[in-house]
Amino acid sequence: MNLGFLVLLPFLGAVLPPLAERWRFSRPALSWAAAVLPLLALGVLWFHGRRVFSGETVRQFVPWMPDLGLNLAFRLDGLALLFSLLVLGIGLLIILYARYYLSTNEKAGRFYAFLLLFMGAMMGVVTSNNLLLLVVFWELTSLSSFLLIGFWYHQTDARKGARMALAVTGMGGLALLAGAIVIGQVVGSYSLDDVLASGDLIRGHALYPLILCLVLLGVFTKSAQFPFHFWLPHAMSAPTPVSAYLHSATMVKAGVFLLARLYPALSGTDLWFFLVTGAGLATLLWGAIWALFQHDLKGLLAYSTISHLGLITMLFGLNAQLAAVAGVFHIINHATFKASLFMAAGIIDHETGTRDMRRINGLWKYMPYTAVLAMVASAAMAGVPLLNGFLSKEMFFAETLDTGQLGSLSWILPLGAVLGGVFSVAYSARFIHDVFFNGEPIDLPKYPPHEPPRYMKVPVEVLVALCLAVGIFPSLTVAALLEVAARATLGGTLPEYHLTIWHGFNVPLMMSIVALVGGVLVYSQRLRLFALNDRLPRFDAKLVFEARMQSLAKWAGTVSNTLRNGSLQSYTAWLLMVVALVLVTSVTGELLAGGDRDMLPLDGVALLCGGMLIVAAILTTVLHRHRMTAIMCLSVVGLVVSLMFVRFSAPDLALTQLSVEVVTILLLMLAMYFLPVRTRRESTMPRIGRDVVLSVLVGGGVGILAFMMMTSGVDSISPFFLENAKPGGGGTNVVNVILVDFRGFDTFGEIIVLGIAGMGIYALLKDLELYSPQTDSLGRPWAKDAHPLILVTISRPLLPLALMISVYIFLRGHNLPGGGFIAGLITSVALVLQYVASGVAWMHRRIPGDYHPVVALGVLLAGFTGVGAWYFGHPFLTSAFWHVHWPVVGEFEVATAMLFDTGVFLTVVGATLLILANLGKLSLLDDKGGAR
Amino acid sequence: MEALVAIIIAVLVGSGVYLVLRARTFPVILGLTLLSYGANLFVFISGRLKLDQVAVVGQSADPTDPLPQALVLTAIVIGFAMTAFLVVLALRAQGELGSDHVDGQRDALDGEQQDEQQNKGRR
Repeated sequence: MNLGFLVLLPFLGAVLPPLAERWRFSRPALSWAAAVLPLLALGVLWFHGRRVFSGETVRQFVPWMPDLGLNLAFRLDGLALLFSLLVLGIGLLIILYARYYLSTNEKAGRFYAFLLLFMGAMMGVVTSNNLLLLVVFWELTSLSSFLLIGFWYHQTDARKGARMALAVTGMGGLALLAGAIVIGQVVGSYSLDDVLASGDLIRGHALYPLILCLVLLGVFTKSAQFPFHFWLPHAMSAPTPVSAYLHSATMVKAGVFLLARLYPALSGTDLWFFLVTGAGLATLLWGAIWALFQHDLKGLLAYSTISHLGLITMLFGLNAQLAAVAGVFHIINHATFKASLFMAAGIIDHETGTRDMRRINGLWKYMPYTAVLAMVASAAMAGVPLLNGFLSKEMFFAETLDTGQLGSLSWILPLGAVLGGVFSVAYSARFIHDVFFNGEPIDLPKYPPHEPPRYMKVPVEVLVALCLAVGIFPSLTVAALLEVAARATLGGTLPEYHLTIWHGFNVPLMMSIVALVGGVLVYSQRLRLFALNDRLPRFDAKLVFEARMQSLAKWAGTVSNTLRNGSLQSYTAWLLMVVALVLVTSVTGELLAGGDRDMLPLDGVALLCGGMLIVAAILTTVLHRHRMTAIMCLSVVGLVVSLMFVRFSAPDLALTQLSVEVVTILLLMLAMYFLPVRTRRESTMPRIGRDVVLSVLVGGGVGILAFMMMTSGVDSISPFFLENAKPGGGGTNVVNVILVDFRGFDTFGEIIVLGIAGMGIYALLKDLELYSPQTDSLGRPWAKDAHPLILVTISRPLLPLALMISVYIFLRGHNLPGGGFIAGLITSVALVLQYVASGVAWMHRRIPGDYHPVVALGVLLAGFTGVGAWYFGHPFLTSAFWHVHWPVVGEFEVATAMLFDTGVFLTVVGATLLILANLGKLSLLDDKGGAR
Repeated sequence: MEALVAIIIAVLVGSGVYLVLRARTFPVILGLTLLSYGANLFVFISGRLKLDQVAVVGQSADPTDPLPQALVLTAIVIGFAMTAFLVVLALRAQGELGSDHVDGQRDALDGEQQDEQQNKGRR
């Protein structure tokens, strides 16, 4: 059975609860819908688990992006099995618990969907056999935990807590990604199998410190290690089932999971010891001490979670195999007792309506059964004998004694451990004494509290039973699982250890006793400590974090508002400045000299025409305020450009340029009519100076590049087109064959762009109302005769002639200059002339329809011609041609390319007229309305 | 000849750049038209200059490079579509904002303009 199902099933399961909610299933049915696929996944795990217990590592490999080294590779070894069990098992208990926890008016479907998304992401993290894949799932856990923590998004605290968790763990995730990439570069593979086997290579590499820091950033943010611990208490604004899941078995455990996973690859150096143990010890103490001072039930558990995570981290940091075994063991134990404690806290919150321990007192009388469960779990947390917490804590004490890595300062570790133990006992005692005894409850929102529904207690019972079973019969219960998990963590070898309750009177036992007695003593002095704490200055990490975030956002806003100031003029100037910079820095003396290609001789006609163009272009610029003059100068430029095309052997371009010139000038005249008469003098002299410098730089640079290009030799791909135009494309006009055949796909794209432009213009002109002047710029009224007789008389017979020429140009296009583009433009010009001469209304009576169908027809025709090639088993737009003999005309060649060219023709005609006729209609509306 | 063509391109691009940097839509449209002439010519001359060597099979001994021509041909047509789109965008901005400033600023009308608009009966 595919290992990927372990990951896939929870993700698939995330779809079911929202569906169940939509179909108005009852709450129990909805919970079953959420539970069924994780149960199946547990079945898959059981199926593979037997092989893992017999010492195998199950692997699954599906290539995803092998070029990047990213593959869907999964592995199930002891460590992955342990974590999968925790994720799925506790997840199922949470699903059951949440069914009672969530009130009936809450969106349970959404809740379960997020929970299962998170479960799937966690399963991905623990079973990945590829570092990059692991990082992908790692980030997915950050994202889905954001959704879970912010589930009550109407609460400010929930939103802020979720955002903080996402920001901190997300940034850690980025660091981890960087670390994973560096590891991949060092090892040469992202496969976890390879990475774990290359421990010596990684540790010996110069980049090892960088790798370690990056990976540890990921680990410490995720596992809430000092100084990144502050997000965890704020994540407590999540619904309690979420806290129970995220902060016992999953989210925060992902960090320590990674420590365990990469243990063979990264551990064993002094740097590892100092960083990991240091962070762990600081976190252990910080969390344990602050846990005592929390008045919020969940706050206490949150800080205690931080502290226990510090303990686990510290164990992995000690560079001792036995310590790593103890770390894995404590992961199991912490998951069981902390999940049950969170659930108990949720029950108390649910039944009393508050989580404030100053108000919740004496609940023993009201809910004795829950009290027993919570007390056993707290005792496990404190490390009381006969419970699972005792065993791993004993191992922890022993390990801190054994390490000699700090030399003469080695006593710090056991001292810190005992101190942590003292406070851990103290806050556990508070959880028991303050909540269930210590007088009567004070002013509870719900009074009197009573036991929760029967099945809400089941998850707690299961977990507490596990605490007891592991604590009393470790070798019968947890030993086998711990062994495979520890073996996988250590990379195959396993030190000798004994899971027994009684090791005789030794130092670790003494430390435990000191911790228990000391903890009770500290707790008895709690009121003085609280008073002392109240006098300390307040330091709220959330406020600092929010302030930092806000100043960051403000700074980003300032930067982007400075750059993006809403002025197109300044953007254009910036853009052109960059262009000028690139041009100026790339022009060298060598370029100025030009290449070694022979130049063409200059003649008088060329000089005259060139001079005209230059003068016209400059006049356009200088006289741009005199709009009519400017347009006339512009048309001179366009005409000379088409003459240049004629001169330099490009008849197709000349024809195109000439006809486009006509429509462009018409377009500009129409625009001129509607735009304000005056273009005011607005630019200041410095601005004009800057722009002149910019235009000289850009123009000069482009000119030099052009000169250099023209005078240097060329190695073109064009001989291919010249050779194959006739045999391959069936035409002798190579330009046209390229357009409709060799590069037909480009042309297809281009006519689509043309069509889109036409449609866009149509949409922009819809319901547009413009002020139309009734006089020209000199104040003279428009001529009364809108359609002069002579123009009308001449233009009408011109139409059939123009259309005939258009057909001719179209038909010869494949072999001689011409083709669909040019024919389309000629037809458009002919029709536009009718609009100009006889008016829109006159034309509309004769061509009643709109032009968009023509555009669509053209694009479709070209498209179908291309698709037609598939029918004959050729690639898209392959053309075919035949020779037919027409009477009178003679030998004629028919090519499918001609059909394609017809599509081009129709699109060009449709788009051009769509543009011009619609613009023209604006003035028509105005004619009717008179002075609007 | 090459030097003349290079100067022509330089003047076209330079004039285009200057006009594109103006504040009102009409000169910007003029500028873009000039710029596109320059750009089209620039792409065109990448096939080098040849006299009377049309790229039609059998008509020239040493035909010119047809590929830049094919590229420029579509560029001319698309350039027209783009100019048209820009013109209409300018008209729309004029209609919505009552201003032809490229930054979309509304004009503080000067006295003369106000009179003009009142006389002509705006909208």
